[in-house]
Amino acid sequence: MGIDIKFPIGLMFTILGLLITIFGIMTNTDVPMYSRSLGININLWSGAGMLVFGIIMLVFSYLTSKAKK
Amino acid sequence: MDTGFTLSWIDYAIMIVYFVFVLGIGWALKRHMKTANAFLEAGRAMPAWVAGLAFISTNLGALEVMGMTGSGAKYGMLTTHFYWIGAIPAMVFLALFMMPFYYGSKARSVPEYLKLRFDEKTRGLNAILFAVMTILASGISMYALAILMERVLEWNFHLSLVLSAAIVLGYTYLGGLSSAIYNEVLQFFIIVFGLLPIVILCLMDLGGWSGMKEQLAPIVSAKGFAPDTWTTTWKYTGTASANPMGVEWYGIFAGLGFVLSFGYWCTNFLIVQRAMSAESPTAARNTPLIGALPKMFIPFLIIVPGIAALVLLNKQGSGFTLPEIAPGQYNYDYTIIALLKQYLPAGVLGLGITALLASFMSGMAGNVSAFNTVWTYDIYQSYIRPVTGNKDADDRHYLTVGRMATVFGVVVSIAAAYLASLFGNIMDFLQTIFSMINAPLFAVIFLGMFWKRTTGHGAFIGLLSGFFVALLHHGLTSPLGAATLVKGGWIYHAYVYPVEMAQNFWTAIFAFTTASIVTVALSMITKQLKTDDDLKGLVYSLTPKFREEHVRWYYRSSTLAIFVLAIAGLLTILFW
Repeated sequence: MGIDIKFPIGLMFTILGLLITIFGIMTNTDVPMYSRSLGININLWSGAGMLVFGIIMLVFSYLTSKAKK
Repeated sequence: MDTGFTLSWIDYAIMIVYFVFVLGIGWALKRHMKTANAFLEAGRAMPAWVAGLAFISTNLGALEVMGMTGSGAKYGMLTTHFYWIGAIPAMVFLALFMMPFYYGSKARSVPEYLKLRFDEKTRGLNAILFAVMTILASGISMYALAILMERVLEWNFHLSLVLSAAIVLGYTYLGGLSSAIYNEVLQFFIIVFGLLPIVILCLMDLGGWSGMKEQLAPIVSAKGFAPDTWTTTWKYTGTASANPMGVEWYGIFAGLGFVLSFGYWCTNFLIVQRAMSAESPTAARNTPLIGALPKMFIPFLIIVPGIAALVLLNKQGSGFTLPEIAPGQYNYDYTIIALLKQYLPAGVLGLGITALLASFMSGMAGNVSAFNTVWTYDIYQSYIRPVTGNKDADDRHYLTVGRMATVFGVVVSIAAAYLASLFGNIMDFLQTIFSMINAPLFAVIFLGMFWKRTTGHGAFIGLLSGFFVALLHHGLTSPLGAATLVKGGWIYHAYVYPVEMAQNFWTAIFAFTTASIVTVALSMITKQLKTDDDLKGLVYSLTPKFREEHVRWYYRSSTLAIFVLAIAGLLTILFW
């Protein structure tokens, strides 16, 4: 109804993905912090995953709006 | 155990971004909310994938996430029965056989379908019960959220309650059902991304599925079960005592697989409303089927971490504990929180907490948006102020009523939340009552849809007698070791079930059977007041067959249904 939900989903996950990825890069050398997550920089992986998902959603949303025009 | 967390700025930043989007969606929809239809029914314009994700998201409330993870620890993979034999067949049935009538009848709610199919009294009974129960459920969800925030984040109970209610009110008041549905889709993805890191990390920690299985064996054996009981589904259901659920295969099949699940998924307006908002009859039919696809894999997201938690609890040096209710008796509701704390560093931790907050709020929003529809159409419009005939004025009037009902719903929810904080057992009580209402309702709607002889009197008395028998069964039986009368046995201890779940299954089976027999018997002896013409579009034999030849083959409901059932079957065999 009225809006294409793919756009807000895409935008939100792009923003969150960027935020978490950058935070992951900033804290990459913080060994004690990542001892919980078995030494894996889970922020970097999660953030990257969300970023990719967000961008895919944005692309789909763009294609939908283009198809409508 | 200390359940507290310290969140850092990044965690709060993630939360804030999420809530800005939640409210932003409501804001963006505001200008589209010009009629009652747009506000209460989302204008029947939702694409099937949006409605489908909202369909399962409504059910994926935080109580479900926390409860199912806890059940993963308590019962292992047997919990998947709620999905693969429970939800999936019911969703397929709803899609193929019931949606054509719900959607095609132009009823705006499940109670209104009852009015069209049967009569006013059947609708009235269902509408009033539904409205009361929905608001109570919403209040309990809010209470659970506030208590969690208090214990985990050390936020003020009253502040969390009012703040979360304000956010929910904000976006449902602005954008109505559309806003609730869109936010449920957003919530679905946030839950997946928020919980996935835990699944991956706990499985890596335990050496994968096989590593986990190996470490489970001694723990499970010590409980007196076969070593692989926690990682199988049907293998130990030959006798009730061989599995932790305490139910045999036929109890699971009939109780959970049929009565409880069909009762819940096919008649609960909160759920069905999502499919009714779809843009076309085909989309409405496909909504539950599209929802079923991710639904089948949710056990891996919430049950598997619960099983891992059981291993961690018994593993020396893991540092993992759960709060205890009594010495040696863990509070499994906290499993997911304890796992968040165990594995997630700042950043993804904020995401996980946001996922839980999101699922709480969407649970509330779902209840409120179902409540305001039933209130406006089935109670206000039917008994207080009927339509006048001036379409524009009516539309404006009912839009205002719908909006007021939203505010009212949220305010009463807050009151119900405080009620829940006074009586700790209210949640168990409500779940019990809900299961007593749904099973007879399914019997009546099912008979009404497939047997045109079913009469209004038969349906009404059928509903009441089903409910009465459920109460009676609950009053006469109790689960082993029940401390309170809320769990049953308040009339006489005639039978003791090994576990509460077994009692619930059998309550539903008795209620369903009684409602069916009474409805059929009374329908035979009472006069059918509806003509065949009245029942067109409401009853199977009087409705033209649903045609989908014009739809591309891969988008047909029949194709999707076969696909869904095949995957569910495959998963069942894999984890037999």
